[in-house]
Amino acid sequence: MNKALVMASLSACALNAAAAETPLHLRDGYARAAGLAPAELSVAAGEALFRRGGDGERQCVSCHTEDPRRKGKTRAGKLIAPLAPSANAARFTDAAKAEKWFARNCADVLGRACSAREKANLIAWLMTIN
Amino acid sequence: MKDVTKGVLVVGVVLAASAVLLPWPDARADSDRRASHLAAPTHAVFEAECGACHLAYPPGLLPAVSWTRIMAGLEQHFGENAALAPAVAADIRAYLMAHAADAQGMAWRWGEAADRAAQGAPLRITGTAWFKHEHDEIAETVWRRPAIGSPANCGACHRDAVTRGFDEHRIRIPE
Repeated sequence: MNKALVMASLSACALNAAAAETPLHLRDGYARAAGLAPAELSVAAGEALFRRGGDGERQCVSCHTEDPRRKGKTRAGKLIAPLAPSANAARFTDAAKAEKWFARNCADVLGRACSAREKANLIAWLMTIN
Repeated sequence: MKDVTKGVLVVGVVLAASAVLLPWPDARADSDRRASHLAAPTHAVFEAECGACHLAYPPGLLPAVSWTRIMAGLEQHFGENAALAPAVAADIRAYLMAHAADAQGMAWRWGEAADRAAQGAPLRITGTAWFKHEHDEIAETVWRRPAIGSPANCGACHRDAVTRGFDEHRIRIPE
């Protein structure tokens, strides 16, 4: 994965239409960065990453809950808007925000950065949830 | 002028003058007036970035030396990665410096100079002697109630903490 390429393509998206980004757009941007066609993405792998990511005590579900349609809660008590775009129209409409949280949360949960493929799969899965 | 009328006038003038010139007894306790000073001007970036995970703690709750330490260690921020882009971090740091406890003349919160030196640069608001004193009547079981969770969740009890300060009369502790 070429991280610079991801960032470049994402910021190009941001420049083109800051307010018009969509989950589809972000998903395909990450897929391209991973050298994958959208059809090659795995919804199952995206779900598995969310449900079983990391071995530590901190999991995605610790804050986001098991159901991405529901609101989550941070350790300090702030509500987290749902991850599923069907439940939260603002989700994955801001590339910089998505990158910031992937960087933080992958580091916390997995102890490493997520690959572009993992990010694309995760968004692909979340997009299937109604 | 009759003596009685004169007396009433004198009393009236004295009362009016004292209302203006003397420090009139305040119905509010000293700590409340101090608490209201915590309502700092808001800062949109600070609110959005720091307020995403926890209450955007008023900068006056810690001295500048503490905020400097906190901003220097965001990648390991109380067990979580809270890294910010450099430009965003610089913006927030400037706001914190401008409104930290000492910048607001609120060094009183840390006691005498010797006490402040002893406390160094505390990272946790909840770890300060001042915080513990203000919350010494709150039992551990109260902090753990689901609607509260931890002492980091100021807004659970201080419902309008950010906009109105930490006025003791506005506290409601959830059951």
